[in-house]
Amino acid sequence: MGELIYRHRLPVRIMHWVNVVCLVILLMSGLQIFNAHPALYWSEDSREGTKVLEITQKQADGQSRGVTRIGPFEFDTDGVLGNSRGADGMEPRAFPAWITIPGPQWLAMGRLWHFFFAWLLVANGVAYVLWTLFSGHLRRDLLPTRGEWHGIGRSLRDHLLLRHPRGEEARRYNVLQNIAYLTIVFGVLPLIVLGGWAMSPMMDSFVPGWVDWLGGRQAARTLHFGAAMLLVAFLAVHLFEVVITGLVNNLRSMITGYWRQPE
Amino acid sequence: MKKPRPFYEQRRERRGFLRAGLAAAAASSGLAGCDALSSNETAVAVLRSAERLTNTVHRALGRRAMAQEFPPADIAPTFRPNGTTMPVGDIYAAMLASGFADWRLTVDGLVANPLELSLAQLQAMPSRTQITRHDCVEGWSCIGQWKGVRLSHVLNLAQLKPGAKYVVFHCLDRMEEDNEESLYYGSVDLDDAFHEQTLLAWELNGRPLPVENGAPLRARIERQLGYKQPKYLRRVQVVAGFGDIGAGKGGYWEDQGYNWYAGI
Repeated sequence: MGELIYRHRLPVRIMHWVNVVCLVILLMSGLQIFNAHPALYWSEDSREGTKVLEITQKQADGQSRGVTRIGPFEFDTDGVLGNSRGADGMEPRAFPAWITIPGPQWLAMGRLWHFFFAWLLVANGVAYVLWTLFSGHLRRDLLPTRGEWHGIGRSLRDHLLLRHPRGEEARRYNVLQNIAYLTIVFGVLPLIVLGGWAMSPMMDSFVPGWVDWLGGRQAARTLHFGAAMLLVAFLAVHLFEVVITGLVNNLRSMITGYWRQPE
Repeated sequence: MKKPRPFYEQRRERRGFLRAGLAAAAASSGLAGCDALSSNETAVAVLRSAERLTNTVHRALGRRAMAQEFPPADIAPTFRPNGTTMPVGDIYAAMLASGFADWRLTVDGLVANPLELSLAQLQAMPSRTQITRHDCVEGWSCIGQWKGVRLSHVLNLAQLKPGAKYVVFHCLDRMEEDNEESLYYGSVDLDDAFHEQTLLAWELNGRPLPVENGAPLRARIERQLGYKQPKYLRRVQVVAGFGDIGAGKGGYWEDQGYNWYAGI
């Protein structure tokens, strides 16, 4: 048995789980809101010519099928995207009921969930950034050292081969982990918040024209959605790594703080 | 004698059970949990608390901030109508047939000087023209040019009495075809009512306001979503509170559960 070490301090553990709740609810209520107008554009307003994504229905052989269009490409996504099973049988809706909050089409309620947890996410995020700065977490654990930057190729190869550090080396975040966490915390999450603000007509008025930096309100809506998909991709990799490097050990370390160092 | 099934088939079946079990657990704990909370009064009240926070913070950031205005080249080829596009009933049909000659806008409530204004009287008042982006709660946007009189001008003519806190817009269109009581209405606070860009508009993209966009007169509240900008206006009522109007939430969509503050 490896040594049991105290790995995650209490504030980080609390903020991690608050984040889990916020991100899951924001994602699912966000898809509910998206369903009210399931198309994305790259412009200030919603012009047909600037449409980059659309989830809709197509009539084929007298049947309605769910399709997803990304740029010039069309995919048959019937059963999941565009047309899926709800409480009353098949219904035309972009994202299916099992992944939206609430389940049925209910925009007003989706917005209530989204905005409450958006505030919580921002509060948690601000607390986290302050904590990383003042506790030394950022400098000590998150920023890679020069030596670690040089080892990036080896780290990438090890990850792809599912080889994980053991012993002393396992005590620190590896460089790919550092890059992933830093990108999410200081890149993707701020972008998602900015995109959300840009969709608020009142927020838009406080600094005239700032929404144009993001390409306009509808482009900001696309960025908001794209950043959410990046978060989903990050979560998929994160969960995969959590499972293959020892689910129970990792879960315990994020609950109690104690982590057994692999030998 | 029954042949035992190959191991891999049993495994697949077990995996099927496992998957169904996981899906059921997820549905009952997560999603169904949220669905149950969505119809729980206390839970919804907690979720709704964010609305006041947003409203307060937004007002602290700037009461008079101006919505972005755009150059004429940005005007959308057609302005997308939404909600009512043709009010039902004989009253509106008759008004439309006569070119709104008999239509009047009533301004009353907590005012010293109630008004009855014809379209011609409104159009004789100082006007403002603005090209702004209309943002629908559904998610789409559309840029259009509006011309109308500032609501502040009309309210100043009517002279607000002490205690006035909100302006309620009453409309001609019913939201349920066979329910005469289901007339659209909405309300804003005095910050939005007296805002520089808040108009009673009779013109869209240089032409008289089309029926589908709210003829003869609609409100433009540029820093809030589309459902806060009532069409087919008939009455502007100044009030201290809106608890006794409709279902008491300040507007038709608000009565259906949408936020009263729609600056996001």
